[in-house]
Amino acid sequence: MDIARIEQIIDNHEREASALIQILLDIQAALHWLPGEALELVAEKLKLPLSRVQHVATFYKAFSLVPKGRHEISICMGTACHVRGAPRVLDVVQKLTGIRPGETDRDMKFSLDTVNCLGCCALGPVVEIDDQQLGKLAPSKAADLLKKYD
Amino acid sequence: MIKSPAELERLRHDIISSRDPDKPRVSICAGAGCLATGAGKVIAAFDAELEKQGLKDAVATKGTGCPGFCERGPVLVVDPGETCYLGVQPKDVAEIVSKTFKQKKLVERLLYSKTAVRESDIPFYQHQQRHIVGNNIKIDPKCIDDYLALGGYSALAKALFQMTPEQVVEEVKKSQLRGRGGAGFPTGIKWEAARNAPGEPKYVIVNADEGDPGAFMDRAVLEGNPHSILEGLIVGAYAIGAHEGYVYVRQEYPLALENVGIAIQQAREYGLLGADILGSGFAFDVRVHRGAGAFVCGEETALLLSLEGKPGEPRPRPPYPAVRGLWGKPTNINNVETWANVPLIINQGAGWFTRLGTEKSKGTKIFSLVGKIKNTGLVEVPMGVTLRDIVYKIGDGIPKGKKFKAVQTGGPAGGCIPEEHLDIAVDFDELLKAGAIMGSGGMIVMDEDTCMVDVARYFLHFLADESCGKCSACREGVKQMHRILTNITEGRGKEGDIDLLEELAFSTRSASLCALGRSAPNPVLSTLRYFRDEYETHIREQKCSAYFCKELTSYYIDPETCTGCLLCLKNCTSEAISGSRKELHVVDQAKCNKCGTCFDVCPPKYDAVRRFSGEPVPA
Repeated sequence: MDIARIEQIIDNHEREASALIQILLDIQAALHWLPGEALELVAEKLKLPLSRVQHVATFYKAFSLVPKGRHEISICMGTACHVRGAPRVLDVVQKLTGIRPGETDRDMKFSLDTVNCLGCCALGPVVEIDDQQLGKLAPSKAADLLKKYD
Repeated sequence: MIKSPAELERLRHDIISSRDPDKPRVSICAGAGCLATGAGKVIAAFDAELEKQGLKDAVATKGTGCPGFCERGPVLVVDPGETCYLGVQPKDVAEIVSKTFKQKKLVERLLYSKTAVRESDIPFYQHQQRHIVGNNIKIDPKCIDDYLALGGYSALAKALFQMTPEQVVEEVKKSQLRGRGGAGFPTGIKWEAARNAPGEPKYVIVNADEGDPGAFMDRAVLEGNPHSILEGLIVGAYAIGAHEGYVYVRQEYPLALENVGIAIQQAREYGLLGADILGSGFAFDVRVHRGAGAFVCGEETALLLSLEGKPGEPRPRPPYPAVRGLWGKPTNINNVETWANVPLIINQGAGWFTRLGTEKSKGTKIFSLVGKIKNTGLVEVPMGVTLRDIVYKIGDGIPKGKKFKAVQTGGPAGGCIPEEHLDIAVDFDELLKAGAIMGSGGMIVMDEDTCMVDVARYFLHFLADESCGKCSACREGVKQMHRILTNITEGRGKEGDIDLLEELAFSTRSASLCALGRSAPNPVLSTLRYFRDEYETHIREQKCSAYFCKELTSYYIDPETCTGCLLCLKNCTSEAISGSRKELHVVDQAKCNKCGTCFDVCPPKYDAVRRFSGEPVPA
């Protein structure tokens, strides 16, 4: 783990305890997860009990306490996507990747998650892979789509 | 730095006069929806093609905010002439450049129709009144000068130099503006409470934690016209006596975060934020705070704790945030759209504003019209328009000739409104009477293929997942309702389940701490009110008449009509279909994952795939 990088993130927020969520978001963005050592370092620098840092890290959905795969798949489960068949897309993607939401496969290739709404409702069902949004995804297109990633 | 209203007007004049209104330009929607369908590539293609055809200096291009017609994106407007092209892809760009700018001809195939050239000719727009989102297509949200050119920050100058804070509060009270975030509380009364509350400093906050699934109105304003929100916020800060503010944006909206951040920076550089705004002596600055993925943080007491860097667990009110808010100080929180209404009210007056809308709901409201509807997109209409007009005149009805079933409003706290109530006027009170709520503006249209028990299960799943767990009424009540609904949709429903659901709904509503729990029963109660028969057939006959619940649905290929075309076999996602060319295809029920692809791809001329529910599949 790159300690200097995490210290830099904490310093960017002037070590303010109120910036805890913002600091954890930056670490999550940099490392794609929150290692235990990072949480300990944040607690120490912000002079907060570790339990408080862990409470925040587990309360908010943006944080992951396990490492993520090379490609992060987020399937939008917003209402508009749902009525247009998002659960069926999820079923197929689960079968193709062999993992359920919240999990990462053994090769560290894909991580799968569901999100509540990406705000691209006109394009439902929407799947986001590595920050790229793909709209109107039929279940039968999922296999070809995932083949593009290695 | 602008040091007086006169300097602001001079700058505005300079910006406008430096721009040639007749210079050809292309405005391309660079909102999240159009970007996902390729708007970024279209913008790049324009830049390359204009260079290639030697028009680089003659034609201006810009990425703008979302004009709302997401269904037909990427959307662009060519000026002069306001020609509106829809569904534009990079391959169309060369033709647009040569025809439109060189030959002065239209590219007809990219128009809405031969006779609908401009936005205002398109029925989707004709029935709207777009006071909040109407400027989006005219503004590059990353450029403050675009906002100033359209009269931006004139309301701020008016408030600071021609009105006292009390007069601003009075004007907003007179406008009868009600909060656009969901509850519809009168904004002016909220401001007055925060203004009169003892304690310093005071805070003002933009709630941009748009969490309702199926709603993206705030996203479009944040991304498309961030200065309109900032202007409203600064006016509010002046009225309330706050010198610090926050914009709380959910991190799922990266473009909104980027554009709001740029807007704040530019406003500071121009002296519209800072120690001495426009030379008035009034000081105010604002910071952006990213949400971290918690629906409950849209609730204001939870949002405040989140701003303090803590888990967003709501607390009982009173005390209201107006009295004890951020860091225990008086705080005023309003939704994005509410703030964006403020400059309009200050500029055009409460009298103008109250002429829009119904008796108790004034102004316009933005809705995200999504789901099973032809014209998906953002819609801004005066309060009081009927649901039928929104669905049929603006939305153009249901695609694929399917039958309308319901429209769901208000997000997870809302309800479903059936066909027989489509003629109600859409405002805060009428929707409540029909068993739904206005909410923040999500409007999800459902057709005959939507199962209403599943819709209730869907929302309760959402709420069970998002309940913070602090109070047991919500934590347990929502979980148990979700368990019963899951049983019903998976064929394990039993007599008495409906009564138990109603009992749980009553106690969860009565005993929960915050609005999330108190409104959580609404999806159950409103679907029970209008679609009780669907619950009963699920329980008694194990039948889902919408064929949505996969445990209750089977797919079967009719041997009489199947010609063995291989289409379903090739597209099957679970290798459950056997057969070969010109030979009958058969679904292996044990392997089938009920994805419905075979039903969707079977050519209508054969129509060989049948769905069964509540009755055995032919052997």
